[in-house]
Amino acid sequence: MNVEALQIFWPFLLFVIMLFIIGIYCISITFNLIRALLGVEILIKAVTLLIIIAGFVSGRTALAQAVVISLIVIEAVAITVAVGIVIGIHSHNNSLDTRKIVDTDK
Amino acid sequence: MLALFITVPFFSILFFNLPFLSYFRRAITAWAYVLFCAQIALALRLFSPDFLNIFTARVFFNFNIALDNLSLIILLSSAIVLFITLVIATYMIDSERKRFNFVNLLLFTQAGLNGLCLARDMFSLYIFLEIVAITSYILIVFDKDIKALSAAFKYVILSTVASVLLVASIALILLLSGDTQFSVIHNAISAQTPNLLIMFSVALFVCATFIKAGVVPFHGWLPEVYSHSPAAVSVLFAGIISKALGIYTLMRIVNDVFGPNIHVNSALLFIGMVSIVIGALAALVQKDFKKMLGFSSVSQIGYIILGIGSGSALGFAGAAFHIFNHAIFKSLLFVNSAAIESRTRTTHMHELGGLSKVMPITGLTSVFAFVSAAGLPPLAGFWSKLLIVMALILSGHPVYAILAIVLSALTLAYLLSMQRLVFFGKLNERFSKIKEAEFGFSLAAIILAAIIIVTGLLYPFVLGKFILPLASSGVFK
Amino acid sequence: MNLNIAILIILIMAALWTTMTRSLLRSAIGLAAMSLVLSIIMFRLNSNLAAVFELSVCAGLIPVLFVSTISLTHPLTKQEVMQHMKDRIRRFWYLPFIIVAVGIALSLVTVKLSIKLPPHEIEKNVRTLLWNERPLYLAGQIIVLLIGAFSVVILFKESGKDER
Repeated sequence: MNVEALQIFWPFLLFVIMLFIIGIYCISITFNLIRALLGVEILIKAVTLLIIIAGFVSGRTALAQAVVISLIVIEAVAITVAVGIVIGIHSHNNSLDTRKIVDTDK
Repeated sequence: MLALFITVPFFSILFFNLPFLSYFRRAITAWAYVLFCAQIALALRLFSPDFLNIFTARVFFNFNIALDNLSLIILLSSAIVLFITLVIATYMIDSERKRFNFVNLLLFTQAGLNGLCLARDMFSLYIFLEIVAITSYILIVFDKDIKALSAAFKYVILSTVASVLLVASIALILLLSGDTQFSVIHNAISAQTPNLLIMFSVALFVCATFIKAGVVPFHGWLPEVYSHSPAAVSVLFAGIISKALGIYTLMRIVNDVFGPNIHVNSALLFIGMVSIVIGALAALVQKDFKKMLGFSSVSQIGYIILGIGSGSALGFAGAAFHIFNHAIFKSLLFVNSAAIESRTRTTHMHELGGLSKVMPITGLTSVFAFVSAAGLPPLAGFWSKLLIVMALILSGHPVYAILAIVLSALTLAYLLSMQRLVFFGKLNERFSKIKEAEFGFSLAAIILAAIIIVTGLLYPFVLGKFILPLASSGVFK
Repeated sequence: MNLNIAILIILIMAALWTTMTRSLLRSAIGLAAMSLVLSIIMFRLNSNLAAVFELSVCAGLIPVLFVSTISLTHPLTKQEVMQHMKDRIRRFWYLPFIIVAVGIALSLVTVKLSIKLPPHEIEKNVRTLLWNERPLYLAGQIIVLLIGAFSVVILFKESGKDER
């Protein structure tokens, strides 16, 4: 069981790494606040997949599920707060462009 | 009994938010004072091992939590900083409803920080970390100021990326050990031959804590959040949140799970040194009072990381002691900056000057904070820096020790220039009519200054009772 | 096994769609599609409860949250949209190539993972694990949900009062 499971692990890890690259790229390239949050969401999806596959390979799916459920709850609340912040920014300067909020020095 | 540290704040939030009891809502501030004072007293009492054993023996729930001296130091400093934040907030926030919300959020922070100290399971550590982080997002934007919102957005993105790295590290550990409890992981990792995945998960974890703590390559968010958040919140942030989320988590994991590792230690030493240099240089050129304090935090965190990186028990104790001292003197400096801001409406250092004449208490207490921060004897900051430098020498890193001593001069330089610009020199006529800040600010400043003086002067007692027992626990047994 | 790979490729394509599509609304839908595919993978890997959670919260609640945010914030004018499109194409066109290159490079590498997996143990069910062994997770979730309620009160409700 274990050897077979380990063989599954590597392709999954490969896809997790690709998802990570997409997420980081999305956060660092975009100028839009909401799209940055979407990038964060992609990262969280990638890590969820990593937990599930880790639980499956090591034969601890129950623990992995407990972890994923807690993670999803936390993620939902964190995104709610972040969306609230985005709406606050938008109500102040009527734009979602990060380039307009960068200069906080003035 | 330990679960009380988490459940009492939680149930008090529930109680005060019950729909029928709106009459009691005014009492929440007083109740929060009681809770924070009780936690200070309890934490001090728990430092004696006999009482600790009695206290931890009773278990109602199988929460898998435990208490040791490292946790106690964070419990103590978080209670002190929360108390001071509450004192400031009651003076800064006028509206009744807003104050009610603010105190609720402080209680959430207390529950989260206590859980963070007590957790002995990787994932519950993460959950409480995230509780504190989410509460702090809301606290930063409490006034809905546009600068605070922008700073908060950057912080949210970076902090969530850090959380993702942390969970990825937890997932890899889950794969290797099949569990998330510290003891099980520790045994499983010791049984493994050193391999790529372990190193990778350690690296992910260390990176995540560095982002949360604002160490140099990831320090972008820190000065902005410190300088743009509401005054009371910046006290809380500078005092405890970034330290507990970043440094304490790192220390806990190194102490309980991974154990000191030669590669990690050399990386820590290097990053710590870079942090000290860049933080201090950036602080030298700042013109804004609060921003300078933010960069000074980056530099001080560097010292704490040097202590951890020395890989010895003494360095660990010194790092924990420096977390406590930093919580006290940085809170004091931020309290004073809030006092100045409340009177002069500016934090631009070149506009200020000679404020010692009109605000004597603020001026005097900030001298104490400055002496402690710069590491001059005999106040508290000197002793913790001495411990760190001694640990560096004893563990065979004399170059880092010498650099740490030399770079103290840089700390002294920026703090002196701050003192000169803000408190000494000629008084700007615009501010000749202002009075000493309100009673709450003075009270908070005096309490913190007293703690600095007492810790410094009673150093042998503090070291023997609180700090050295820490060195004899955990991996260094 | 091959089916798993095919599903994962669909997941990557959904992620690329989320990142690269021009309209934010379609992006949010792409995110929902990602969650959907992820929950299919979870079902295949014996994680039923987590899959249901993923399906209801991540594919249901969070895209709704994003869509409502997008509709609350103001839409761009036509000229801005054109400018925006050019910007986006300049910044994003090489992402799929990077991903494909990384994918091929990594699949050529045959890493010998010399790890020792933990000993096999009897599968517990999630209920006993969460309720009896890790009640702290549940306590933490309850606290987080309360914080979420507070965040809604402070961030959304109060700002509405200021504007009125």
